Amino acid sequence: MTVEPGRAWRESPLIFERSQAGRRAGRPPRPQLPVPELPESLRRSRPPRLPELSEPEIVRHFTALADRTFGVDTGFYPLGSCTMKHNPRVNERLVGLPGFRDLHPHQEDEAAQGALELMWNLQGMLAEIAGLPAVTLQPAAGSQGELTGLMLMRAYFADRGEERDTIITADTAHGTNPASVTMSGYRLEKVATDVRGNLDLEDLRGKVNERTAGLMLTNPSTLGLFDEGIEEVSRIFHDAGALLYYDGANLNAVVGISRPGDMGFDIVHYNLHKTFSQPHGGGGPGGGPVAVRDSIEPFLPAPVVVRDGDMFRLDHDRPRSIGRVRGFAGPFGVFVRAYAFMRSYGPGLKEMAEVSVLNANYLLAKLREDYDLPYDRHCMHEFVLSARHLKREHGVTALDVAKRLMDYSIHPPTVYFPLVVPEALMIEPTETEPKERLDAFVDAMKAIAREAAESPEILREAPHGRPVRRLDEVRAAKQPVLRYLFDEHPALVG
Amino acid sequence: MSYLSLTDVERAELLAAIGVSSPGELFEQIPAGVRFDRELELPPALGEAELVRHMEGLASRNVHTGLELSFLGAGVYDHYVPAVVDVVLTRGEFLTAYTPYQPEMSQGTLQAIFEYQTVVCELTGMDVSNASGYDGCTVAADACFVAKSVSDRSKVVLAETLNPQIRQVVKTYAPGFGLEVVEVPHADGTIDPERLASAAEGAAAVLFQQPNFLGCLEPAPELAEAASAAGALPVAHVDPMSLGVLEAPGVYGCAMAIGEGQAAGNWLSYGGPHYGFLAMRGEYVRRMPGRLVGETVDADGRRGFVLALQTREQHIRREKATSNITTNQTLLALAGLATLSWLGPDGLREVGEACLALQAYARERIPLEPVFAAPSFKEVAFRTPIPAREVVRRAREHGVHPGYVLGRDYEGMDDVLLVAVTEKRTVEEVDRLAEVLEEVCR
Repeated sequence: MTVEPGRAWRESPLIFERSQAGRRAGRPPRPQLPVPELPESLRRSRPPRLPELSEPEIVRHFTALADRTFGVDTGFYPLGSCTMKHNPRVNERLVGLPGFRDLHPHQEDEAAQGALELMWNLQGMLAEIAGLPAVTLQPAAGSQGELTGLMLMRAYFADRGEERDTIITADTAHGTNPASVTMSGYRLEKVATDVRGNLDLEDLRGKVNERTAGLMLTNPSTLGLFDEGIEEVSRIFHDAGALLYYDGANLNAVVGISRPGDMGFDIVHYNLHKTFSQPHGGGGPGGGPVAVRDSIEPFLPAPVVVRDGDMFRLDHDRPRSIGRVRGFAGPFGVFVRAYAFMRSYGPGLKEMAEVSVLNANYLLAKLREDYDLPYDRHCMHEFVLSARHLKREHGVTALDVAKRLMDYSIHPPTVYFPLVVPEALMIEPTETEPKERLDAFVDAMKAIAREAAESPEILREAPHGRPVRRLDEVRAAKQPVLRYLFDEHPALVG
Repeated sequence: MSYLSLTDVERAELLAAIGVSSPGELFEQIPAGVRFDRELELPPALGEAELVRHMEGLASRNVHTGLELSFLGAGVYDHYVPAVVDVVLTRGEFLTAYTPYQPEMSQGTLQAIFEYQTVVCELTGMDVSNASGYDGCTVAADACFVAKSVSDRSKVVLAETLNPQIRQVVKTYAPGFGLEVVEVPHADGTIDPERLASAAEGAAAVLFQQPNFLGCLEPAPELAEAASAAGALPVAHVDPMSLGVLEAPGVYGCAMAIGEGQAAGNWLSYGGPHYGFLAMRGEYVRRMPGRLVGETVDADGRRGFVLALQTREQHIRREKATSNITTNQTLLALAGLATLSWLGPDGLREVGEACLALQAYARERIPLEPVFAAPSFKEVAFRTPIPAREVVRRAREHGVHPGYVLGRDYEGMDDVLLVAVTEKRTVEEVDRLAEVLEEVCR
């Protein structure tokens, strides 16, 4: 084997390639009892080819993989609309308390009073933040919160005997919104964005009618702008008897500043993994509680946590409920972290929102000369730049900018979203970043803009300092290899 | 306590750079009528030490498995969670990264998901697994969606022995998907293949559970065959910890295999977060909901991993996507990968054998009659001479939680107690349960 510096970082064998037949780590207890024979038709005929490793090699394997992964703990992660804030370490310790970690979900309510009280209190705190009275904690993530919200709309209108089949979303909406509309059996209608980045009220008035069930809106929008016409938007929908759904993806900007319920929204979902610091975990777990007005409360998923005097219990007896959207009462470990986060800040959550907006506006002020700014306003917690002129003048795209940022040890912003902005770079610094991190990002973005003019090929071939260079995503789609195939596995490593 | 980093001096510098005098000016875009003009009514902020004390107080009011000998199962199980799981759960790079949209920054997460997908395929005998679903319930709804879109049929058949929570979730999703849900009742704890065959006529899919919610082993190969004969896709909901001793659904003809992953590597955690798995035959991959990781090469020809077939997904396909899922349960699925790697094929088989042995011992030792004749894997339903709820109440006074009351979900089963064992239970603990039941059922 030839020595190649840095090779260990660039190549990491699959856990199956580290496997040695006969090697093992775990030795489960083996009771001194006879093992009953299973009927032959039910008995395993060939053992699963699980990896066979000793514990030291398992630990090294996952450590090597962690080394090849970039998290908020590694560095600045301004991924727009994802709210990549610091995840407090104490929350990880709290979620491991045996009273939370080792509590069975079928435990009797009287023996789970601490868990139920925590959930009850979390419901109340979320209700206060949304300005809406009733909360279900059950949905597993924001997208499931959306689906739950649309199911609630369906139940609400069915109860009133109204037939409404259309949901309106903004052309700046996250992809989850239209996907949730389809999954819930509604028809989708899109409304345009005006020159200031608000919903186009003229377009909207022409589309809202007696078939409209509701609006789904992120506010501030995915452009990072608060909709200045929100009061009129609310009037248009409510006058037509329709409902307003608030996608809480960007709630971080307005906690304690403006409440969705006061804006006129009837149903709200929160992303506990964005606003309330549940770690993103490389893609989950999340939490997507939903708050509603009293008129919609009877339809919330069962069970809900209720209080009877000094006792808390799960109420399963909810005859008008839409039903259950996931197992048990929701992702409890996520509730522990979100609750602990909110108790840490208390009413100071408002300051969290203020600083998130302050940090974003600072970056915007510093970068507006170097990149295109499609909507020239103060932003909220995030903003969208465009690399349009870099592309036109130097043939360098938003993707190239993103990949080059990696060489500065910064995670790229969200790119090519929202769709209404060409060559979009959506930047969300969050409130937890210190000024020197913000400044380092500004310096990197300015340096990249210069590099685009002087040596664009450096950008087009970036990244240069990651374990892999740019990956062939077309090949992954055309010849999908979605699992290790053992002996038959195609040899890709040269 | 807060987690903010800016000093007062820095705040002033930022405001000056922006050209405003206070943060309030930045919020002037919010119409005055919808600005919140009071302080949030939330409990006062706590410092870290106070927070820990407060949380310990809440946790102390829960009776966890360290305080009570528990035979509760019914969907969530007290299997051993090995310490190697902590490597995955506490490394900040895994914990604090987002969905790996930028593969060059996320090779570790992507490779681990690829390995997880492989492990799920190996366990279930399927060709392709997604990167995880929310839990064992929502993956059932996902499977129904796939079946409907590949078959153009709108009926799905659920075995009554499928976990009631799963059935409830499928019914909640059904109207939006345009699905009609039919349930097949059990006969003595299992599903009769002939009865299933007639219900499966014209159905897109048949969902059953192995081992089933009543603790019985279904005649799974016959159920799969009955479904297939009717042109419906057989979908098995399986317990990952059983698959060292029980046959893989792919071998007995299932089109999809789904399940709750909790038993493999996740804490009980009062019901979540856990992970669901969804695996299927390769021909349906383009209808697969959720994330998929695929292997490819970089510009130098070196192996690397990316999110694959993203054209199925909401951020590309929007209203035509196969699902709205974005955040899934990656970290928990990776805990599953670490656990199953720690066990290896021999360890997984031994866990299964320990479960089989202990449930057989419980049948022998417990002074109650098993309700059903079918064999079990790790749960057995016993008939109680007094209401099972009362048995639970009395047994808990002796420090033992004897199991789940099936009357919570099934009519006529108020006197049926579902007792679960895992490899963590011992002969002495089963003896203790038997003594307590003897005492409280008198």
